[in-house]
Amino acid sequence: MRSLAAVIALAAFGAGSAAAQEVEEKVTTFALDNGMEVVVVEDHRAPVVVHMVWYKAGSADETAGSSGVAHFLEHLLFKGTDTLEPGEFSRVVAENGGTDNAFTSLDQTAYHQRVAADRLGLMMQMEADRMVNLQLTEADILTERDVIIEERNMRVENDPGALMREQMTAALYLNHRYGVPVIGWPEEMSTLGLDDALAYYERFYAPNNAILIVAGDVTADEVRDLAEQHYGPLPANPDLPAERMRPQEPPQLAERRLVMTDPRVAQPYVMRRYLAPEREPGAQEQAAALTLLAEVLGGGQTSVLNRALQFDQQKAIYVSAFYDGTAYDDGSFGFAVVPAPGVTLAEAEAALDAELAEFMTEGVDPAQLDRIKFQLRAQRIYAQDDVSDIAQRYGNALTSGLTVADVQAWPDALQAVTGEDITAAARAVLDRRRSVTGWLTAEAPTKEVSQ
Amino acid sequence: MIPVLKPLLALAFTLSFTLPARAEIEIQQVETPAGFKAWLVEEPSIPFTALELRFRGGAALDLPGKRGATNLMVALLEEGAGDLDSRGFAEATESLAAQFRYDAGQDAIGVSARFLTENREAAVDLLRQSLIAPRFDQDALDRVRAQVLSGIRSDAKDPDAIADATFDALVFGDHPYGSDLSGTEDSVTALTREDIVAAHQAGMTRDRVVIAAAGDITAEELSTLIDGLLSDLPDSTQDLPEDVAVETTAGVTVVPFETPQSVAVFGQRGLARDDPDFFAAYVMNTILGAGGFEARLMQEVREKRGLTYGVYSYLLPMDHAALYMGRVASANDRIAEAVAVIRDEWAKLAEAGVTQAELDQAKTYLTGAYPLRFDGNGPIAQILAGMQMDGLTPDYVTDRNAMVEAVTLEDVKRVAADLLDPEALRVVVVGQPEGFEDADTATP
Repeated sequence: MRSLAAVIALAAFGAGSAAAQEVEEKVTTFALDNGMEVVVVEDHRAPVVVHMVWYKAGSADETAGSSGVAHFLEHLLFKGTDTLEPGEFSRVVAENGGTDNAFTSLDQTAYHQRVAADRLGLMMQMEADRMVNLQLTEADILTERDVIIEERNMRVENDPGALMREQMTAALYLNHRYGVPVIGWPEEMSTLGLDDALAYYERFYAPNNAILIVAGDVTADEVRDLAEQHYGPLPANPDLPAERMRPQEPPQLAERRLVMTDPRVAQPYVMRRYLAPEREPGAQEQAAALTLLAEVLGGGQTSVLNRALQFDQQKAIYVSAFYDGTAYDDGSFGFAVVPAPGVTLAEAEAALDAELAEFMTEGVDPAQLDRIKFQLRAQRIYAQDDVSDIAQRYGNALTSGLTVADVQAWPDALQAVTGEDITAAARAVLDRRRSVTGWLTAEAPTKEVSQ
Repeated sequence: MIPVLKPLLALAFTLSFTLPARAEIEIQQVETPAGFKAWLVEEPSIPFTALELRFRGGAALDLPGKRGATNLMVALLEEGAGDLDSRGFAEATESLAAQFRYDAGQDAIGVSARFLTENREAAVDLLRQSLIAPRFDQDALDRVRAQVLSGIRSDAKDPDAIADATFDALVFGDHPYGSDLSGTEDSVTALTREDIVAAHQAGMTRDRVVIAAAGDITAEELSTLIDGLLSDLPDSTQDLPEDVAVETTAGVTVVPFETPQSVAVFGQRGLARDDPDFFAAYVMNTILGAGGFEARLMQEVREKRGLTYGVYSYLLPMDHAALYMGRVASANDRIAEAVAVIRDEWAKLAEAGVTQAELDQAKTYLTGAYPLRFDGNGPIAQILAGMQMDGLTPDYVTDRNAMVEAVTLEDVKRVAADLLDPEALRVVVVGQPEGFEDADTATP
């Protein structure tokens, strides 16, 4: 058994050691003449490639009244083109031993396949085809609309927690489209038609609005040749807006509170979300500080909130702090507290706020910050093991208004954050006037609300 | 005891395989001085190691009345060990940037570790403390118990979890497979520290461990590491559970639950992993219902009729029973149609088998996809552990695709007729489904 002295020594070793960036990601970037950006991440350990096309268009780019159309179109892209039958895309991928899928988010839509490296050209040929040659019928539309309605049933309607998060998001944004769910509002989803889908497709699906990411057992030159062959001939869309049209948030002056009651709730909890700045191109300092703030407050057993609420006061059985700074516009910083048995939501929320207030005066424990930074450096090593994760990181950033330089500067931005930066970011962002607090309960907590 | 000081007598031999699509996986079989056997794929380009341990037995070893003991014990392994209390252990883990994950399964306890080369020895020492000398402090036990109880209460109102629990209870009754490994509110509330200590002694034993590693470590280094890590574990004293036959009847069991979308699980008996027909059944299921859009269930239920977002089926060979299972979710007024379509497909395949084109397509997919799995230290270590749990030898990596190719149209037809039994397909539906005429009703 190890003595306490050994543990302290070991901690010091960990914090002081400069693991990390001995292993560099092998990343090459370039652009095609039609404006399509290309990122290549090389990893030659296994004969696999991940091929992804990301569009700088997500649900927040939809026009009002057609919520869910970005995601609906994503489904419809598997329905066929001038030369591919409905379903043929996925069938060809499978016949080549690959897997394929797609996803839609607030700021982006992405299509991806994972195949043997020597099938990359075939993937590009088919993906380039459906970027411009989509063919849809009314029958496709109606069947697939039923599918996305069942998808919403599964992800949202059957889950009271998801319903509350949706209501909270709608309340957090007074004006921005981030307040509308990616999957869409039910009433609008059920009226989506061929025209809606095609209008979105023609507006946003073009090489000058797309990013190609290839990661795996391939060289940058091979990717360049294949990309020029398959994507190069596609014409740019001259009508693509120079900037993404996003209504911004007005000053937020009043905190919002909501109580969601649903008999399916077994475990009540309280959630708080604050409007928070995102990573800005060339200026990621505050987002870096907020990323570390989430770790300091809620990342694991030794975090401030877990120590206080779970261990010392025993008022919570679970606490988390969360922030994702990769977004085109303002995102959010949040907390969730699951109270211990016998603790009300009001008490849990009060304990959270008391602890946040104390943190503002106490500041950051330097030893904790050192541990977090060391883990972030180590994470860079572990991350090398999964090339699709690296691809995902670039795709997400480049469709959120960031550049390759921003992605590569991010690890250093995180390491440069000081304790003072973190408390300053906390003071700037944790302002209840720009927040939503939600209580999820099985029964209406009338007494608690009146407090 | 410091096994590092023992003379190093690691036996290592290497089998080298060339996978189709030119992946080369070298599986080294390591036998340590203390007698442990491990599989290793050495890959030094990224300075960390992925280590996977599996302890056979798992939550199925829970003693009568102690359901949930193994699960709670496993959750407590990272909550204090040796001289470190819960917080101390977490700080030490963070300081090393090591990643340890402990999972309880019905048939095995899994430990997944990733650690950096630069502090490997310290990280493994910390991992060792959690395996050999967990403290099970009463305050940690009570705190984690409250988390487990919260999860049990949540499952009681979650349609997916209700469906699984109802199906398992119907099929397995009092066998450990018949109940969730988390236990019940009553059983978990009653667990004492002595129960947890007993579960640790019974569940983490040196004669039932399976070991796999991949990454920046040599066979010699791994050998030393394993002996230091595992030599102080006890030998097993508790027998593994009895095997249990799966007997189901056709029909629908409805669990009333107020929610807009019904969740259905369906199943019948399956095939053991070492059954000679397992590969034919595996290929058959690829055609019927495994994942992809081309599968018959996905085509009929989703693509043609839009009745669901997802439907799939899978073979579930466990250590003491084998199931053939599937899942679908549809709005309350459409679930009956979805289930009817699935039943028809079940019967159709049993009666008529598959076409040559379907078989060819499934084989091309399965053989092409197999080498793509070996794409990182983490996945490789998991595959090696899984192969050993399944009783396979390293040459399976080269032989596997040939076994897929060897499956004939006649094999699939025969297995489909033998295995798929519309008269045994039991469906559990949780929700407020419409249109099931002769359904049984169960309470959640």
